[in-house]
Amino acid sequence: MSTEMDTKSHDSHGISSSSTNGHGHGHDHGGGGHGHDDHIHAEPTNPLFKYVFSTDHKIIGIQFLFSGLIFFVLGGLLALAVRWQLAWPWSPMPILSKALWAEQGFRMPPEYYNKLFTMHGTVMIFYVIIPLLTGAFGNFLIPLMIGARDMAFPKLNMYSYWCMPPSFVALAMSFMADGGSAEAGWTSYPTLANSLWSTPGSLSGQTWWLVALLFAGVSSLMGSINYMTTIIMLRAPGMKMFRLPMTIWAMFITATLQAFALPVLTAALIMQLLDRTVGTNFFSPAGWSVANAPAVVGGGQTLLWQHLFWFYSHPAVYIMILPGMGIVSDIIATFSRKPLFGYKPMVFAIAGIAGLGFIVWGHHMFQSGMNPALGATFMLSTMMIALPSAIKVFNWLGTMWGGKITFNSAMLNATAFVAMFIIGGLSGIFMAATPIDMHIHDTYFIVAHIHYVLFGGSTFAIFAGIYFWFPKMFGRMMNEPLGKLHFFLTFIFFNGTFFLMHIIGMHGHPRRIADPTVYAYLQGAGITGMNQFMTINALLLGATQILFAANFFWSIFAGKRAGANPWNSNSLEWATDSPPPYYNFATIPHVYNAPYEYSVPGMEKDFLLQTEPRPAAAGPLDPVMS
Amino acid sequence: MRYWSFLFALAAVFSVAVFAYSYFDPEWWLPGGPSGDFRHPVSTAGREIDSLFSIVLWITGIVFIGTQVVLVWAAYRYSDSGDARKATYFHGSQRLEVIWTIIPAAILVFIALYQMGTWASVKFKSEAPKVLPLAKVTGRQFQWVIRYPGNDTKLNTSDDLVLVNDLHFVKDKPALIHLESGDVLHSFFLPQLRIKQDAVPGLTIPVWFDTDQAGKYELVCAELCGWGHYKMRGNVTVHGSQAEFDAWMQSALQEQARDQVALAGGVQGR
Repeated sequence: MSTEMDTKSHDSHGISSSSTNGHGHGHDHGGGGHGHDDHIHAEPTNPLFKYVFSTDHKIIGIQFLFSGLIFFVLGGLLALAVRWQLAWPWSPMPILSKALWAEQGFRMPPEYYNKLFTMHGTVMIFYVIIPLLTGAFGNFLIPLMIGARDMAFPKLNMYSYWCMPPSFVALAMSFMADGGSAEAGWTSYPTLANSLWSTPGSLSGQTWWLVALLFAGVSSLMGSINYMTTIIMLRAPGMKMFRLPMTIWAMFITATLQAFALPVLTAALIMQLLDRTVGTNFFSPAGWSVANAPAVVGGGQTLLWQHLFWFYSHPAVYIMILPGMGIVSDIIATFSRKPLFGYKPMVFAIAGIAGLGFIVWGHHMFQSGMNPALGATFMLSTMMIALPSAIKVFNWLGTMWGGKITFNSAMLNATAFVAMFIIGGLSGIFMAATPIDMHIHDTYFIVAHIHYVLFGGSTFAIFAGIYFWFPKMFGRMMNEPLGKLHFFLTFIFFNGTFFLMHIIGMHGHPRRIADPTVYAYLQGAGITGMNQFMTINALLLGATQILFAANFFWSIFAGKRAGANPWNSNSLEWATDSPPPYYNFATIPHVYNAPYEYSVPGMEKDFLLQTEPRPAAAGPLDPVMS
Repeated sequence: MRYWSFLFALAAVFSVAVFAYSYFDPEWWLPGGPSGDFRHPVSTAGREIDSLFSIVLWITGIVFIGTQVVLVWAAYRYSDSGDARKATYFHGSQRLEVIWTIIPAAILVFIALYQMGTWASVKFKSEAPKVLPLAKVTGRQFQWVIRYPGNDTKLNTSDDLVLVNDLHFVKDKPALIHLESGDVLHSFFLPQLRIKQDAVPGLTIPVWFDTDQAGKYELVCAELCGWGHYKMRGNVTVHGSQAEFDAWMQSALQEQARDQVALAGGVQGR
């Protein structure tokens, strides 16, 4: 098979590149019998290998992009159903009531509500945000931005994507299983999750949920090994680590986080799977019985799951935000036409977030029954992790300050990231404070916080990234006026949907309850009105995304043709065609420059591609900051 | 182009206005006690937690306003208006980086250390008042089973009073419960008293609370516990005096005894 040949010879290309980079200086790659240029192979002609089982990182990235966006629709619809129930509890829901609950008098059974938010969280985190940020942008951008022809392990990369469809199938099976989909929350705390009879979704939906996450985890793990190896070994000559764009730094550190944290989640998922299927007792206490089921032997620890789960899932929060921070850094520097403020501090801040990210998982467990002394320790480490986030915000503001800012769709979404991430970051401080957390833990305050980080942060970064790199992906521009309208409405309705959650949260509205009117203190017109206001905004927010979908698909086929460098940006992906040819670069570029040399004095144009030599008139580069 | 900054200004003004308004609306601010005076928390923990909340709200509010002002101003002042101006070529400032590392670090460490006392007084055994347990509270799908020690002040004896979803205690006296779970995780949440503690299978966790206001409160389950989680609500009654509590306890015990006789009678009647 030709693909087999491709991979073999490509591996040798990887080795030759690594040996040159290992010495810090590239030699002349144009000549010699073993340079990069000799290894351009013909693109596979069979469409099955060209578009489906492709080893091309660009195709794999776009595969992740499409599956992520499809799941975004599913996750969004689940969220709208959740909001509908909260605004008008038990009232008939459009479509779903007729399709599913005609026998119950068109009334949603309460366990369905739990299924809705469980699957909403699961889909958005494991099938939308992580695959879009690392899978789509990581795969597409890493080789292009470091000047490589593909990933270090193209076949592993292909397997990484093709681990996802089994995961999709398992997730679909969860919806169709006896008792319906999983309903123990995206956190799946035992003993609700590991006892078969505790709630309908734990009967068999939970097992499928675990299988789905296992496959998704293996996919991420393969990807992260590939990203780390590629970024260390395959950088183009002259691409020192401190010449990498922030997106690549973020991907590199995210991949490291994933590689170290995911095995723990994988182990925990297998432990819960064994508890559910073969009768092990990792998470049930001795002689435990739930819902009058026969008692299990037990002897396990319920809190053990929370420790294992959050040991992964707290770093996962950073897995979901760091690539966004990288993307936004690139976009803000490009459209401010100004070097990134404090490039090196930005790199160290990301590394600091990643390092601290491993010692803060306990802040999800302040009220869990964990020793309160441990809570006090985790409070201090959690407070400290706000510091690198704050530094990043100050540096983004510093980048915009004194710039010449172009507000197009990409830049607007990136600016919204900064504005909304400030809210999400500051609300985190409330929860990091253990006594305050005692009141707002498991209320809508945390729901507000997570959505300001994951929608206000990650999702705006994803939008920004798509508007920014769409020309590189598809060779065409997205429609600007439509993009701006989409941004404007999304920004308004996003705040309308999520901001008041802080308020109902501090008033004590618990999360994950199907009907707040059960409680007298939540029955007033104020709470009900806010819930309805948020739901209406959520529906409008959902409808607004139709604009994005229309713009996206229309532009793929009919958008204005894009040149190689439509934004006058500096990094290597703009030094090749749009879309890039198979194998990316005709000749491997030589890198002479830091990635953010905009508006260099003494130059006619206001950007300086990383492949262009630095003009002597510009003077030496600031060694401390860049 | 520069008018986009107004959109970001609008979001910031909206955010500040919402929190400013919330202080004046009993349905928006932190939940108050039965008297309706929502700005005066009714428990020791509540007073401390609310003042900490206010301090953090002020600090984060000032940081929020400061950063948003800079953001909006930068977006307004430095947007491209088509003139020949070039962006400043500038890579950063070590002095600024040091300043905006050290100052937030100091504030964050202050916030963390400032919380420790309250955290200790609410959750640590060594700080807790030495009182006999009021009750053993067991969360189970989907109710709170509350076992009072009865007249002998000892739990798990034959004269215990067992009630469902009905927690009683006396105002101005610290109450101690032993929190357990009978099946899955639950969370014992008293929103008006700012108390929350998960009930964990296999663990018995002490929880202390008090209030200075008699009346009716609500007990919320705050940890997802299955299909009926939303309706796992308990009534909380705070009595004005120990005598009132004792009288209630005696009548409840008598009622329990009557029910047991009735149960026996039911068997007889068959």
